Amino acid sequence: MSERRPHQPLRRGLLKASLWGSVAFAARPLVAQPLKVPDWTRQLGRPAGDGTYGLPSEFEKQVVRRQLSWMARVPESAVNFTPLQHQKGILTPSGLHFERHHGGIPAIDPDQHELVIHGLVERPLRFSMEELTRFPSVSRIHFIECAANGGLEWKGVQLETAQHTHGMLSCSEWTGVKLSTLLGEVGVKPRAKWLLAEGADAATMTRSIPIEKALDDIIVAWGQNGEALRPEQGYPLRLVVPGWEGNLQIKWLRRLELGEQPWQTREETARYSDFMPDGTARQFTFVQEANSVILSPSGGMKLDQTGFHEIRGLAWSGRGKVAEVQVSRDGGQRWELAQLEGPVLPFCLTRFTLPWRFEGQRQLLQSRCIDETGYVQPRLDQLVAARGTASFYHKNAIQTWEVTNQGEVRNAQV
Amino acid sequence: MHRFSLWAIALTLLAGCHTAASKPEAGYYGLGQNLSPAEWAPWDLDVAPDGTGLPPGSGQANQGESLYMERCAQCHGEFGEGVFPYGSLIGGIGSLGTTAPVRSVGSFWPYTTTLFDYIRRTMPFDAPQSLSPNETYAVTAYVLYLNDLVPIDQPLGPKNLAQIEMPNRRGFVPDPRPDTHNRACMAPCTQEIP
Repeated sequence: MSERRPHQPLRRGLLKASLWGSVAFAARPLVAQPLKVPDWTRQLGRPAGDGTYGLPSEFEKQVVRRQLSWMARVPESAVNFTPLQHQKGILTPSGLHFERHHGGIPAIDPDQHELVIHGLVERPLRFSMEELTRFPSVSRIHFIECAANGGLEWKGVQLETAQHTHGMLSCSEWTGVKLSTLLGEVGVKPRAKWLLAEGADAATMTRSIPIEKALDDIIVAWGQNGEALRPEQGYPLRLVVPGWEGNLQIKWLRRLELGEQPWQTREETARYSDFMPDGTARQFTFVQEANSVILSPSGGMKLDQTGFHEIRGLAWSGRGKVAEVQVSRDGGQRWELAQLEGPVLPFCLTRFTLPWRFEGQRQLLQSRCIDETGYVQPRLDQLVAARGTASFYHKNAIQTWEVTNQGEVRNAQV
Repeated sequence: MHRFSLWAIALTLLAGCHTAASKPEAGYYGLGQNLSPAEWAPWDLDVAPDGTGLPPGSGQANQGESLYMERCAQCHGEFGEGVFPYGSLIGGIGSLGTTAPVRSVGSFWPYTTTLFDYIRRTMPFDAPQSLSPNETYAVTAYVLYLNDLVPIDQPLGPKNLAQIEMPNRRGFVPDPRPDTHNRACMAPCTQEIP
């Protein structure tokens, strides 16, 4: 057994969590003191059932969704980021799932909500929520990532924390009926090659989806993490399109129309297309390619002690399962294999860890995801060489966190 | 075991596989109510690039101008120039392949039907789906007129809207990804692949 190594405090005293929800580790007092018996041991706690819906501890108030004020000038069409740096496992609590709406959050009465399917089908049908939930159902754990996740840093660092660099990403267990089951019930005509999905919100968001994906693994979901969908996530009904960009996963779903060609809606032409240096725009760029980010430590945090730390992060791929995650501590020169924490599921966040000793020397931490297709997460310079810096969407570049010799963790590009 | 029994078991298994693999026929679950075109019409707003789905009606830019000034200009600007933080509807035609590309409705959007559909379903932002078909045609015509794509007095309707070719009609290309080829060398790669 190795000798116990004392942790060296880098700075005495307690650091407060910053405005951005950074984590600071409280340094232990230098002089040993007897343990206190706190008040909560000497008196009864509050009774059970004094609240109708349980909430996180009052000491977790820093774990909240956050916006970027300059991106939230139109509040009904804004982004609210998941505090990924605080996420403990692969599931994002429903109240922390990132938000992106285009016409605000509607308040839909499920008893009045209907889904209609028409177009190139044998039997056009309308379904009440009650009818939909009677179909054979599935529960699958999938991430949802906005196509724009990371898209603010093509030209350089401008955000502090993982919440803002990667927080248009969340992962939930989704429960619903497979879209293929519903399409079987209406009978798809052979000429149907595309499907238009439409929301019931003020944006009546519409996207065209290829029939192959519709018949494969798309879920028409009403459940999220064991309860009904949250209003921000499409209550009472949404599409879950595993591995593909979030915008396709139509919330407040009310209509599916089958046709021969894509509809060329605003959200698949003027938006959610990837603008190239030659002036063309890539269209129907659906897949969220393999990506990863170290979350502990990550931007805005401060390591107060040297010694053992576990490097922790999340990896994911829109092409299936994560096969491997590698971690570099020198800005991408040398790499070590990280441990994958199960379960490793397709189109799902996968946790990775690596034991690490921080000895007060500057480090450039990176992670690199390799998915089951063999695709290796690229460096930013490789992405820029392929796409320039104006394509905005689908930036899955390797993230670098600089750990200074003082233990401060900063967003960096190398 | 007799050969016959083995065959019987094999056939039974195959039959089971067949049952499991074949999809239920349409209507198998008997859930949902029949839906007629008259029922889905109020929700069926989408317009295809060939004009399918365009409603009856007509409008021209000089009819849309006053409506635009009243309901659109506060965000999009009197000339379509955009009022911060809203982007521009005009300009940039021919600029996309240059070092200073400007992406507007005129320079970037591929189809007039995309514009009509978007206005019809979402605009004005604070009162979506409040415009009549004639008003939607008129405002669409006005935005196209601001981009010098139609004359101010040209009526647009279901017969001719989709015929107007937008400047960037051919500017969209399929997804070629994966377009990066990083390698997972554990130490610096001896041969760098861009």
